[in-house]
Amino acid sequence: MPILSSPDSDAIVLSIKVALTATLLSLPFGFLYAYLMTFFKFRAKVLLEVLVNLPLTLPPVVMGYLLLVALGKNGWLAPVLEPLGIRLIFTWKAAVLASALVGFPLLVRSIRLAMESIDGRLIQTSRTLGAGPLDSLLTVILPLSRPGIVAGSSLMFARSMGEFGATIIVAGNIPGITQTIPLAIYDYAGAPGGERAALALCGVAIALSVLVLLVHESLTRKLARRQ
Amino acid sequence: MELNMAISKKFPGSFDLKTDFTIAGEQVGIFGVSGSGKSTMVSLIAGLLEPDHGEIILNGDCLFSSERGINLPPQQRRVAIVLQDSCLFPHLSVEANLIYGYRRCPPRHRQIDVKSLVSVLQLDGLLERGVNRLSGGEKQRVALGRAILANPRLLLMDESLSALDDGLKLQIIHYLKRASEKFRIPYLFISHSLLEIRLLTDQVLAMGGGRVLGQTTPEQLARERMGQSQVGYINLLQVEKLRKMGGLYVYRWGMEEIFVSAGDDEPMAVFELSSRDIILFTRHPEAVSARNLLKCTVMDTFPSGNKVGVELRCGHETLIAEVVVQAADDLAIQARTQVYAVIKASSFRRLS
Repeated sequence: MPILSSPDSDAIVLSIKVALTATLLSLPFGFLYAYLMTFFKFRAKVLLEVLVNLPLTLPPVVMGYLLLVALGKNGWLAPVLEPLGIRLIFTWKAAVLASALVGFPLLVRSIRLAMESIDGRLIQTSRTLGAGPLDSLLTVILPLSRPGIVAGSSLMFARSMGEFGATIIVAGNIPGITQTIPLAIYDYAGAPGGERAALALCGVAIALSVLVLLVHESLTRKLARRQ
Repeated sequence: MELNMAISKKFPGSFDLKTDFTIAGEQVGIFGVSGSGKSTMVSLIAGLLEPDHGEIILNGDCLFSSERGINLPPQQRRVAIVLQDSCLFPHLSVEANLIYGYRRCPPRHRQIDVKSLVSVLQLDGLLERGVNRLSGGEKQRVALGRAILANPRLLLMDESLSALDDGLKLQIIHYLKRASEKFRIPYLFISHSLLEIRLLTDQVLAMGGGRVLGQTTPEQLARERMGQSQVGYINLLQVEKLRKMGGLYVYRWGMEEIFVSAGDDEPMAVFELSSRDIILFTRHPEAVSARNLLKCTVMDTFPSGNKVGVELRCGHETLIAEVVVQAADDLAIQARTQVYAVIKASSFRRLS
């Protein structure tokens, strides 16, 4: 009997799919948010900062519940989503949303750190050499933020792979549809004789995490060499 | 280049800058100590800072006018900057750095092509390199090239040589002069070093406390500041090597021959000589250990702190010496007095 059953393989694929989608979808927003917070002064800055970082301090279950309240059939956003035929709750897309919300502060933090370390004179120099603000953003700030983008993406991907609390509430734990690795482990842990499968999934989770860290290290070194 | 700047800019709690001047020329300097407002002025001209009030006009074009509501963004001003730290883009190669501004310059303004600039600044061997693999002098050369290739109508050099040692400084000065003359790029050279200002500019604005204190020539400014300087007035002697004699090098300086201990085999050189290293005699001195004895005519004397500055004419060349007031009185040094200037061979400091 193989160590990993078919639902386990589904959970692995889904975990990767959810984490990857959440990370890729969050990247442009994370970059823009970090850019705004690093280079602009505006009134609601502190408020925005608190809101974005809230998932770091709130229990993920609370995040999941709030998402459920917002996106559910009679939720706050139902009048907008229903006419468009968008159904998110208990789909893998809800798991993406949950992962994105929970991982977003980690992504933003790394990008911001990278942006804050950019010498402002480089941006000024690019402006005096004929680059407009968008040009400067794309040709100076973006490339120099790459180490932060790589670090933030790795962190967010890893965080999404491990996301449990918000996901189980907003996406449920449906094998083959919304069941990710942590949810499958949770199932096995509560079922008699599920230790072997749970350990096998733990092994996969560890292997994936090590892989993410290795990719992160390699990319970071490559960028450092280039710069 | 003609720059008119009548602006004010307040930095609450620290500093306020107020200027009203017009300066015209191709090689203009701004001189002042740290905190005098030089760099703020650079940022205002380049459009990186916005004045509170006033007007900045460059070659008849309005860059900023609070009255008319004009504030051209930096990318439209065509004013390039070279800063103290070269500020090269670390993620780009030398070549990509060089053409950064060139590619953004509208084709109708592109008068300098990459190839000739690379040749003038001797950057051929560096193009493929990453900028972190360049030496300080190479970085500054690339920064200079990048700014020139943006085809600016004004180049702002903000303490661009301050981080370099003397040898590299002279190398960059040589390249800047060469490029500025070949490509006809006017520059505004900002520095706290009077020597750099003298080597690179033909007129200068002196700044202090956020105000322009005056507009003069670098030589005049050097004379005015001689009394405050710890090294006196630095004479710059452009010389041509003649021969080596014993342990000394003999150079031609105008119509005179001078003996120098710190020479080398280069055919041309520039030496520094402090006004304090020149001893004046009104009669021919005998049995002197110093190797240089120059017969000169006093052209002028001027007060310099608690001393007297003495302008000497040696053939067609000029030297500035300084003596204490008592010595000037005792020797009755005044215009048209014939004197002998005695200088040790070791008093000359090689500049290039």
